[in-house]
Amino acid sequence: MNVVLNGTAHVLPDGATVAEAVAVATDRTRGVAVAVNGEVVPRTGWPGAVLRDGDQIEVLTAAQGG
Amino acid sequence: MSLTIAGESFGSRLILGTGGASSLAALEEAITASGTELVTVALRRIDTAATMGGGLLDLLGRCGVRLLPNTAGCYTATEAVKVAHLARDAFETSWVKLEVIGDERTLLPDGVELIRAAEELVSDGFTVLPYTTDDPILARRLADVGCAAVMPAGAPIGSGLGITNPHHITLIRQSVEVPVILDAGIGTASDAALAMELGCDGVLLASAVTRAADPGRMAAAMRHAVEAGWLAAGAGRIPRRFHALASTPDEGRPDL
Repeated sequence: MNVVLNGTAHVLPDGATVAEAVAVATDRTRGVAVAVNGEVVPRTGWPGAVLRDGDQIEVLTAAQGG
Repeated sequence: MSLTIAGESFGSRLILGTGGASSLAALEEAITASGTELVTVALRRIDTAATMGGGLLDLLGRCGVRLLPNTAGCYTATEAVKVAHLARDAFETSWVKLEVIGDERTLLPDGVELIRAAEELVSDGFTVLPYTTDDPILARRLADVGCAAVMPAGAPIGSGLGITNPHHITLIRQSVEVPVILDAGIGTASDAALAMELGCDGVLLASAVTRAADPGRMAAAMRHAVEAGWLAAGAGRIPRRFHALASTPDEGRPDL
């Protein structure tokens, strides 16, 4: 299926979860947060949250900022 | 000297923003020299933050500072509330520096959206520290909805103009019970000292240190300035006089 991960098109296997999408973006889990289609997916829900074709996923972490 | 916000005590009254540092090494030097115990971080896409994300969190962990995530770049309450929830999940803290910006040119807060976001986040259990304008009425409204502190701008973010309306900062101090943190506009050490002399409980600054030619040295200057201003504010300054008042007595002066 086709998803958009941090603004870039990606192909993920059908049935892929948020946890798998996070693993595509980073090997870290600490200090990371995820939103799918603009809604927060709490860390505890990553393994069980199955993605759908066309989902927009944001994988976020700490950056310098005032 | 300690600052207490929402029941948590900090040994330093200086809060440091991490934005603008040229490297993690320069940032670490500034954090150490500033003596701060609370620093802000932003939340960004992990790929754009790749060079900073993990390294930044490791650095902050090493410095032993507490994180204050911000909602920088948000223009609506809805967006800011989402970013606060994401930050809580990422950094395991319910503290948030709430920023809801009104426009790109001034980066000044949008008071209407700010109040909406603050109300919602307080009811969601967040400890909310809003970046606000120097309007004493808005500051009071933010305190009334349950914000743990109010953080008025001295001048626009990154402007280095100092405190453009000192009278309003004092009015804010008199209008609310919660801590008042002067946030944004600081250019140099005397601005930070003035903020404290006006009655502020703390100062939050980033660019003044991170974009200084020597960030470590400026961080040390800010540390001393905040301490000096705090001491002076509590020491009871002399009244201003139009004419001189001799400090040496006339009595006993010799006839020569």
